[in-house]
Amino acid sequence: MTNHWVDLKNSDLVIVMGGNAAEAHPCGFKWVIEAKKDRKAKLIVVDPRFTRSAAVSDFYAPIRPGSDIAFLGGVINYLLAKDKIHHDYVKHYTNAAFLIDEGFRFADGFFSGYNAEKRSYAKDTWKYQLDKDGYAMVDPTLENPRCVFQLMKQHYSRYTPELVSKTTGTPQDAFLKICEMIAETAAPNKTMTICYALGWTEHTVGSQNIRTMAMIQLLLGNMGMAGGGINALRGHANVQGITDMCLYSEVLPGYLSAPTDADVDRKTYLEKRTPKALRPNQMNFPQNFPKWFTSLQKAWYGNAATEENGYGYDWLPKKDGAYDVMALFERMHQGKMNGFFCQGFNPLASVANKRKVGDALAKLKYLVIIDPLATDTSEFWKNHGELNEVDPAKIPTEVFRLPANLFAEQTGSFTNSGRVIQWHWKAADGPGESRGDIEIMAGLFLKLKAMYAKDGGKLPEPILNLTWPYRIPAKPAPEELLMEISGKALGDVFDPKDKAKVIVPAGQQVAGFAQLRDDGSTACGNWIYGGCWSQAGNLTARRDNADPTGLGQTLNWGFAWPANRRILYNRASCDLSGKPWDPQRTVLKWTGKAWGGNDIPDMRPDAAPEEGVMPFIMTPEGVARLFAPALAEGPFPEHYEPFETPLDKNPFHPGNPKATSNPAARVFKGDMDSFGTAKDFPYVATTYRLVEHFHYWTKHSKLNAITQPEQFVEIGEDLAKEKGIAAGDKVKVRSNRGFIKAVAVVTKRIKTLDVDGRKVHTVGIPIHWGFKGVTKPGFITNTLTPFVGDANSQTPEYKAFLVNIEKA
Amino acid sequence: MQVTRRQFFKVCAAGMGGSSIALMGFSPTAALAEVRAFKLASATETRNMCPYCSVSCGVLIYTTGDKSKNAKADIIHIEGDPDNPVNRGTLCPKGAGLLDMVKSPNRLKWPEVREAGSSEWKRISWDDALTRIAAHMKADRDANLIEKNDAGVTVNRWNTTGFLASSAAGNEAGYLTVKILRNLGVVALDTQARI
Amino acid sequence: MALQSLDIARRSATTTPAPGVRETAKVAKLIDVSTCIGCKACQVACMEWNDLRDEVGSCAGVYDNPVDLTAKSWTVMRYAEVEEKGRLEWLIRKDGCMHCADPGCLKACPAPGAIVQYANGIVDFHQENCIGCGYCVTGCPFNIPRLSKEDSKAYKCSLCSDRVAVGQAPACVKTCPTGAIQFGSKEQMKDVADKRIKDLKERGYAQAGLYDPPGVGGTHVMYVLHHADRPELYQGLPNDPSISPLVSLWKGFAKPLATLALAGVALGSLFHYVTKGPNEVSKELENELEKEDAK
Repeated sequence: MTNHWVDLKNSDLVIVMGGNAAEAHPCGFKWVIEAKKDRKAKLIVVDPRFTRSAAVSDFYAPIRPGSDIAFLGGVINYLLAKDKIHHDYVKHYTNAAFLIDEGFRFADGFFSGYNAEKRSYAKDTWKYQLDKDGYAMVDPTLENPRCVFQLMKQHYSRYTPELVSKTTGTPQDAFLKICEMIAETAAPNKTMTICYALGWTEHTVGSQNIRTMAMIQLLLGNMGMAGGGINALRGHANVQGITDMCLYSEVLPGYLSAPTDADVDRKTYLEKRTPKALRPNQMNFPQNFPKWFTSLQKAWYGNAATEENGYGYDWLPKKDGAYDVMALFERMHQGKMNGFFCQGFNPLASVANKRKVGDALAKLKYLVIIDPLATDTSEFWKNHGELNEVDPAKIPTEVFRLPANLFAEQTGSFTNSGRVIQWHWKAADGPGESRGDIEIMAGLFLKLKAMYAKDGGKLPEPILNLTWPYRIPAKPAPEELLMEISGKALGDVFDPKDKAKVIVPAGQQVAGFAQLRDDGSTACGNWIYGGCWSQAGNLTARRDNADPTGLGQTLNWGFAWPANRRILYNRASCDLSGKPWDPQRTVLKWTGKAWGGNDIPDMRPDAAPEEGVMPFIMTPEGVARLFAPALAEGPFPEHYEPFETPLDKNPFHPGNPKATSNPAARVFKGDMDSFGTAKDFPYVATTYRLVEHFHYWTKHSKLNAITQPEQFVEIGEDLAKEKGIAAGDKVKVRSNRGFIKAVAVVTKRIKTLDVDGRKVHTVGIPIHWGFKGVTKPGFITNTLTPFVGDANSQTPEYKAFLVNIEKA
Repeated sequence: MQVTRRQFFKVCAAGMGGSSIALMGFSPTAALAEVRAFKLASATETRNMCPYCSVSCGVLIYTTGDKSKNAKADIIHIEGDPDNPVNRGTLCPKGAGLLDMVKSPNRLKWPEVREAGSSEWKRISWDDALTRIAAHMKADRDANLIEKNDAGVTVNRWNTTGFLASSAAGNEAGYLTVKILRNLGVVALDTQARI
Repeated sequence: MALQSLDIARRSATTTPAPGVRETAKVAKLIDVSTCIGCKACQVACMEWNDLRDEVGSCAGVYDNPVDLTAKSWTVMRYAEVEEKGRLEWLIRKDGCMHCADPGCLKACPAPGAIVQYANGIVDFHQENCIGCGYCVTGCPFNIPRLSKEDSKAYKCSLCSDRVAVGQAPACVKTCPTGAIQFGSKEQMKDVADKRIKDLKERGYAQAGLYDPPGVGGTHVMYVLHHADRPELYQGLPNDPSISPLVSLWKGFAKPLATLALAGVALGSLFHYVTKGPNEVSKELENELEKEDAK
């Protein structure tokens, strides 16, 4: 979330699309209800199903799964055609005025630079025109045909209401009504917020779904505003924190891009990641990358990290390719992996194509499960009848199951979706011999360390040199770890403006990431958490919920990263002169000497408006990107069909079969054959969560099992009639990868859509069942889903694929 | 007013029963109605967080005992923390049912191993479990860690053992996990956040 | 009065008048159906707080689960898909005891002190006094109480009288994520309802209104409905509920007649009550009556 949960109450218009906040985040959704009750806000829901969110909406429109970019591109077209945009904001705070390379093109579904064989783009034309000083060239009139604004206008002019409706199945009048409601928030003192979740990410165009809405929010001037922003409603309680700690291959803690084979030494690595400003006077905050990275190295290697050894640069593994969860299972399936750990992760249930995942696990030498619960994955080798048809005798994998503690049995911090880090306290011991996650990992590491110390082995240095300053080595205290994450001075840290002045004496905790240095004098496990445990103590444990402004900022409750800032890009809530666009909801303002207001400024505190320092400080150009070359499939989002589509062509590119689905999405060899076609699987399926359950956990909790005990699928009345299925009947749902059986819920809430001249039925499939649990046993829904993901994030396409359905 | 014969009897019998019982001395003195006693009166309250979605609602966990040495704290009830600015004491059906997650019959209680080809779990000690797992890891790492790539660049990666990390672990556990894994050379690392 | 933490206004089958000098504020729970997302947090919180665990049932082809109130599910969500003027509405109502000001269950109850009404308006069942006859079911205009198959006693929502007695809100109220359930004095709840009704009217629900049916003297659980003119849209919420005629019949002329006509039956019942426990009373009688009906 660029904003935070309580801030939803400050909105004038809430859109729930690509998510179902009422169902997946009920307690956060309360702030939407508050906006409705107290601000007279309106709620729009766009979803293939009339959801629980829709039940309390002011306006609902159906949409075919996987056609969101067509819808949102249509909104962009509407806003530009009707000139319903926040002009000053767009002109100054986005790259609308920036001139793009003359070679950049879009034709027939492809952007310039496409390589069909590699299924990827060469991006050499996706860039700004630079002047002789290396700065991007701009045209403040926005009239130059090569400026982003004009290119964008041209790109989305194809997204007419007719084509939008034909592609999405959303009735044209409903689409236009929503456009009208959205357009009203182009007024500087009106804001719209968007609540999305996995309904946007779990597509082969997932990242671009979100980007299209981000572009809309920029055009409307809603970023940085109270009640605005782009709000990803994230999944797990600490999914934000674990993402921030970067337990994935692409990055190191604090989103520091991980070294690859191309980064032959520390110097090369740092140079590539330390950008130069693309416009004069901009903060270009990523220029501080070396400080963050060096401080991480010092946190990990301590005195063993020296200038001479590149602070231990060689000890860090270099990445040679993709290691996302689908790539991991692909490698495992190919027999390239020997060992695997599942820490609080149940991939047999939660990863696409269960059969492939099960087959892959059976090729491992050892599998370690660290979990509080008996997960389905932990028994992938056990025969559970048709729910899990395997022969244990033929599975040679050694499986270890280690009992972990739950939240109630551990002390530590979680980071919520609004980036607020909050401390919690242990209430009781876990059952039996269960242990905390920290203790389990520490125990394993100390075993290995002892083995390497005693017997030697390959590359023992990073293991033996890893800092381990914990008072009980086998059980580091969460307090010690959070202090390490937050950072401290190893030597005296001096004021850059006055080299004689010590701002942090050696040994003290830093107050924030601004005090980190690249000379080895500071250590910080995660720069974005810098200052969360300062000399003032554990700020994440603060419990002052005072809200003097009524905006819900509660600046003294916990600690929000970065720097306790509650609304990101908040400088953009003011005009160029530093006056709030909406004084009723002042987040920030220029006081004449400094930025002040009701949040921590997302700006150098003394940057006077005349200096022209723009609000988007994390980009080298200082402005937000309507044109974004970082994305894999194009700098402007374009509609592509899901990999399993009920249509035989992309309505936007009927003449180019290669542009039917995302041309830059990765497809593994063999998986292409596992896709089904509309001939055999005529119905669109989409998977989702129900409010009564949390993923594959609460099937182990009786109270939740009681409220939703048995697996079901939802179909509309038309399809039910066509297939002779009545509510309560048992049905079999098949995809090209397998089948599930479940009870049919027949509902008015799923409508047949009219798409490109044909009727499209949607089958809704909740995810929560499996062969372990206290609910009635059920099939793993991901038996059905395809093994293909978003071209940028590799998140699987769980939300749009093809099935057939029949009475079981 | 339609009253069937059966209903008539039912009504009469009901009233009769009551009065008769009362008349015969089974009097309502025993019926001085007390509400059920408030069950948290002396329970210990601990502030924690719901582990499910990313609203991260504050919860109050009530345990038996007063944390004295001999009284084993047992979780008896969990409800919303009214001070938390986001949930303000509310909890969704998942959060409201946390007690049964903590008390789930499917909680794991001790380390177990399923040997190759076996069809059952076998209980083992923590020390056995960690020793065996560490031995597996070391053997795989020593055999497969790539120190230099074909171009001779030092890469020091170990990509034959992978790790999927929890999104329910705390920041501190997550940080310690990544600190350990990266320094073993693990690149085959991903998190629940992906999906 | 030493034994109770809430003042008692009425007790079932008891002629001794309740003390009445104290002035106790009336409480109420307001259920704003227009902001209810049907999440069932109230169902779960109710079971959790009251130490109830219903059966793990099955899916009957609808979202409702458990599909009906039971002795262990004192509240359930009822889902109705309604098309109004071409617009789909998903009307979701939390069903449970309405805590009538004039409670039919209490009036019908023959067991002394099995049903009490506290001075604050809560109607509570005291199972230790319940004889399992099931007349509260007949007496209830909302079809709420349920007899347990395990102990043959009647159960229903207590409005968390144990929480209210110590100044806390009922469990369902506290947990409700969207604030669709609120709790306070009846006056406060009416004010809250007014504000919500005004908002709903502005959003086009011309018939939005408060459900506080006078036929039962008003209720201490009230609904804000978008279509207050048609409560039956909400899975059969009664339009104009009143106490079953049978209860009035009993209170009127039937009692003296019954005293004579059914003396034998009653004494028999009592005999059973003393020797076999309370559940036999109703079963025997029911069986007899079933036979009568079958004729």
